[in-house]
Amino acid sequence: MFHQPSRTSNSDYAVGYKSKLGILMFIIYAVIYAGFVAVNVAKPTLMEKNIIFGLNLAVVYGFGLIIFALILAMIYNHLCTSQERQQSENAAKGGQE
Amino acid sequence: MAFIIFASFVTFVLFLSFYFAKQTKSASGFFTAGGQIHWFVNGVSFAGDYLSAASFLGICGMIAVVGYDGFLYSIGYLAGWVVALFVVAEPMKRLGKYTFTDALDSTFNSPGIQLAAGISTLIVSVCYLIPQMVGAGVLVTPLLGLPHAVGVIMVGTIVIIIVATAGMKSTTYVQFIKGALLLIFSTILVIAVCHRGLTTQPDHDGKKPYYDYRKIPGAQQDGRIEPVSAGFTFAAQQSHATPQGELVIDFVKLEEKGRFTWWQVSKNNETIELVETASETIRGDGTRFINGIENNNELQLGSLVQIAGKSGKEANTGPVGIFKMLSLLSDKDTIVKRWKKAAVFSDGDHMITLFAPIETTGNKIMRPGLQFKVEGTILQRLDFISLMLALFCGTAALPHILIRYYTVPSPACARKSTIVAIATIGFFYILTLYMGLGAMVNSVVNPFSDNMSAPLLARSFNTFLFAIISAIAFATVLGTVSGLIIAASGAVAHDLLDRFYNLEFNERQKVIIGKAAAFTVGLIAIILGIVFQGMNVSYLVGWAFAVAASANLPAIIMLLFWKKTTAAGIIASITVGIIAAVGLILISPDMFERYGLLRSQAPFQLNQPGIISIPLSFITLVIASLLTQKKNGQVATAK
Repeated sequence: MFHQPSRTSNSDYAVGYKSKLGILMFIIYAVIYAGFVAVNVAKPTLMEKNIIFGLNLAVVYGFGLIIFALILAMIYNHLCTSQERQQSENAAKGGQE
Repeated sequence: MAFIIFASFVTFVLFLSFYFAKQTKSASGFFTAGGQIHWFVNGVSFAGDYLSAASFLGICGMIAVVGYDGFLYSIGYLAGWVVALFVVAEPMKRLGKYTFTDALDSTFNSPGIQLAAGISTLIVSVCYLIPQMVGAGVLVTPLLGLPHAVGVIMVGTIVIIIVATAGMKSTTYVQFIKGALLLIFSTILVIAVCHRGLTTQPDHDGKKPYYDYRKIPGAQQDGRIEPVSAGFTFAAQQSHATPQGELVIDFVKLEEKGRFTWWQVSKNNETIELVETASETIRGDGTRFINGIENNNELQLGSLVQIAGKSGKEANTGPVGIFKMLSLLSDKDTIVKRWKKAAVFSDGDHMITLFAPIETTGNKIMRPGLQFKVEGTILQRLDFISLMLALFCGTAALPHILIRYYTVPSPACARKSTIVAIATIGFFYILTLYMGLGAMVNSVVNPFSDNMSAPLLARSFNTFLFAIISAIAFATVLGTVSGLIIAASGAVAHDLLDRFYNLEFNERQKVIIGKAAAFTVGLIAIILGIVFQGMNVSYLVGWAFAVAASANLPAIIMLLFWKKTTAAGIIASITVGIIAAVGLILISPDMFERYGLLRSQAPFQLNQPGIISIPLSFITLVIASLLTQKKNGQVATAK
């Protein structure tokens, strides 16, 4: 149930692209996370400020960090999958020529 | 009912492990389920592995006591998955075979790396095992009425059976089922909390009468404080002497219709107010009294005094939406009554424990500051930054998480399973805020052990929900402990015995040794779980993250992204990281308090070591690698 055949990985032609993209997305998230920590330390009362739907900055920023992680992850997966497909197709064409 | 549901669940889990045992013949099958697990199953299993006792019991308990500060753990734990996904997931899958040591050592084939990484895996796993086993002990007391030690032994025994029979495959499916059930029933609990709404007199839908802790005026007469209110009579008082020799009366014992209660003395200018405490009295004959009434149930506290400026019946909100609930609780005119241990003393042959109320406004509950002193001294702020850094960096360095990357067939599957993990874990962490706050205002927090807040919140609705939530919580501990024991047994059997000592085992021998190692680590976990009874679950996990982040993450990151990394650099980094993190924890103020010494005597004044030990580990790797460039000649080409 839910098993898929074990296979050794095919050659991954998109490693370089995925690696660079991963680092970029990591940096984006790390900066926003650092901003959250910085606001809490530098001006914690700012976290009480009402932002939207009666929710304060602490809740909006906290939920935002969780949801943003998922959004970034999905974008990353989409771009990686497209690149893998494209690179595989290019490699296959190269092999045929 | 709790016992039947619990027993059914455990039986099912054991059946599953025996079923999969028949399929586990090879080392690959034992340690990594043959690399055949579907990415979606693996993703939910990640959630099962990750949402440990610390997440479900610890975070909800901490939110129930200190509000938003507990939610910081949720944010930090989830953010750690970003590091795992973007930096670690695919390379770890590409480089490794059974354990993360394989990945670290893929370029060098260095016995030193095998030894250092193997030992590091063992130490981090044991650090993480302690809170899980403590959590198991905490759970069984209200669930089955058994002592702490029995709970720990039960979990240890069941886990050893699970791991020793089938290894990673059964562990994965247990985690999958547990992760899914945890999400479903936590969602149901949050819906129930919102549907009940907020009230200043929580009575568990009429099942448990609300106990109103009162305030009455007092007056000082003839060296004692008397109540100035009809129906109360002075019975005794508890005082202490100041260094100047002045006697200060802290608490008075009052008699009211044959019932004895304890009251905290609050002086404001010339007026004296007596504030009723929550008291537990254990008499010499062993009988137990809560607030002067014989009672063997848990002491349960926590309620709202005022909701957005309203009190009494007009404050009842009825069902509220998810945003409205948080909005009302963060209102500056909302007041929450929290409780803090105020005194433990003997009164004749009675042992008294008192908890005093603290009234906190909503705006302070719903932002950091009650647990982590973000408005305090520079050191206190650094402590907070250090914790958030360790949580961010720790996830991608936890051995029991890293080995799960070897249970899927390809790097792309590793990536997809991490995304499923982020979705499920992120959703659960949002629920923790509602469960924790729900516990805070519904009179369910047991001040002796806040870890039980989420299950006790479920019990305030009905016994079935309590039974199922407790069984899932128990399975949470089972699953995480299984994963940790597999990681630890992999470190012993594969990294240390097979690779470091070069004892060339065949597949069958590797499995036997893995099982023997699982048995031994399981026994150690049982002993530690009993020894560390009473320690805070989430807090311990925070330390485990700091140790993992310091010992493992710098080596993983630099191996992947710095071509000058050498074997000596990795060995030095792991060694320095683990010694620095564990060493700084041992000389921290919190540990000094546990040793019975003064916090100010601690040579290292931060409780969280990450801010020192993580950079130190990185710097050590860089220096050691640069110094060994020519000598070693081998540099990382893993990327």
